[in-house]
Amino acid sequence: MELLPHLFRTEYSKIVAVLCHSYGLDHIEIAEDIASETFLKAAEVWSSKGLPPHPTAWLYTVAKNQTKDYFKRQAIFNNRVKGMLETETSHPVEAIEFTDALIADSQLAMIFSVCHPGNAPQSQICLALQILCGFSVEEIAGTFLTGTETIKKRLHRARTTLRNNQFQIRDLTETAIQSRLDTVLKTIYLLFNEGYFSRTGNQAIRKDLCSEAVRLAVLLAEHPITNTPQVNALLALLYFQSSRLDARINDQGEAILFNQQDKSSWNQGFIDKGNHFLILACQGNQLSKYHLEAAIAYWHTTPNDTDKWQHIFYLYDQLLLIDQSPMVALNRAFVVSKLWGQDKAIQEVEQLALHDNSHYHSLLGYLYAGINTTVAISHYNTAIALSKSRMEKQTLAKAIKQLQDTR
Amino acid sequence: MKDFLLIYRADYGVVANASPEEMQTRTQSWMDWIAGLAAQNKLTDRGSRLMPQGKIMKNEEIISDGPFAEIKESIMGYSVIKADSTEEAVQLSKGCPIFKVGGTVELREINAM
Repeated sequence: MELLPHLFRTEYSKIVAVLCHSYGLDHIEIAEDIASETFLKAAEVWSSKGLPPHPTAWLYTVAKNQTKDYFKRQAIFNNRVKGMLETETSHPVEAIEFTDALIADSQLAMIFSVCHPGNAPQSQICLALQILCGFSVEEIAGTFLTGTETIKKRLHRARTTLRNNQFQIRDLTETAIQSRLDTVLKTIYLLFNEGYFSRTGNQAIRKDLCSEAVRLAVLLAEHPITNTPQVNALLALLYFQSSRLDARINDQGEAILFNQQDKSSWNQGFIDKGNHFLILACQGNQLSKYHLEAAIAYWHTTPNDTDKWQHIFYLYDQLLLIDQSPMVALNRAFVVSKLWGQDKAIQEVEQLALHDNSHYHSLLGYLYAGINTTVAISHYNTAIALSKSRMEKQTLAKAIKQLQDTR
Repeated sequence: MKDFLLIYRADYGVVANASPEEMQTRTQSWMDWIAGLAAQNKLTDRGSRLMPQGKIMKNEEIISDGPFAEIKESIMGYSVIKADSTEEAVQLSKGCPIFKVGGTVELREINAM
């Protein structure tokens, strides 16, 4: 029965998406009930009678029949109990065929419905994990290292926004897609980063989050109406980052700095895919934040170019003018150390004066390490106090220990 | 925070006679400088470079070609930065690449009224 959890992850969200696509987003709870019942039935039947020859097709047939039964019961209820008073237009009980095309359209529509600009980023990711990726509340809580109650509240609020804001899931027009594409891409980007820079040390959860983000981006890239240069740029970025996922964490779940990563454990298959989508992203003259980040990630995967850091620095210059975030400013300052040495980089970083930012202090700790051990340790300690990530705290504590040992 | 207009002036003759490599290096140093301001959250508007040709209108009738390419102090471009005081704006402008080609920066606080 190893297959069932796997199928749940891949097929549950598809069934919900198809049902919502056919009957409207306001029926999402019913759609989820039907999908859950389908999997309950699968667990029951498969354990007694064994696996059917085509498990996925089996699930779709059961979901289809469950839906028919549901509407039959609804019709009976409406006719007998409520009488003929209400002549509400009930949905025609036409059978849904789970074709590949319908599934693709439905999933796309679902992505666009779920990524509502009115939701806070954190709720957005929770909702995406639940509806688009089939994560349970417990799994989401594990991801965010919070209690299930917090997650339930977040999901409840996010779902209310969805319900109050009737987004038409059925006919996705090009204008609707263009207006929401930015939010969709941002959600996928955040989902990936949640895995990549995760608060949890659990490597399995992290990989799951990253691969789910890639899966959603692939869905967009494969669909003709969303196959834009920006989507390809994001996908390229995600593949480049994914190629280093295994190298970033050691067996103890600690982060390994870029310089110390075993480059042979970078995944060449993912790097090739990154290159492929980066080329596709360069059609047209759009230059998005994802283009620049993908280009930076590209240079990071090529270890032997002499001008590498110069290219990366120039890309960070351009990125800063699109995305004036502290993280980009700090990353750019790190590149200064590669090009012009520690002293110049320290100047650059201290100008930023981001005193409440843990990354600001950890970068200063790193830069001062060879110059002034006491100052370095003091910055590392401030970084530990400010950081919210257990893994980051561990990595920083290790850096302090190394400095103390060599003193 | 106040906004300051930075007006970059230089001699077009010096600027135009650069090799492609020098041009590349200069563009790069401008980008680095502007991005450095953005990193500190001090950039309001990255501004633009100006073309060497243009007109001067004395009034609605008397219009002449600007001799911008000939004079030593023609306006090359502008940016808008954020600073608490003129002193800070001066401090921020110290790394400006215009000085490398013998140019000048004029700083003017923007009157918000």
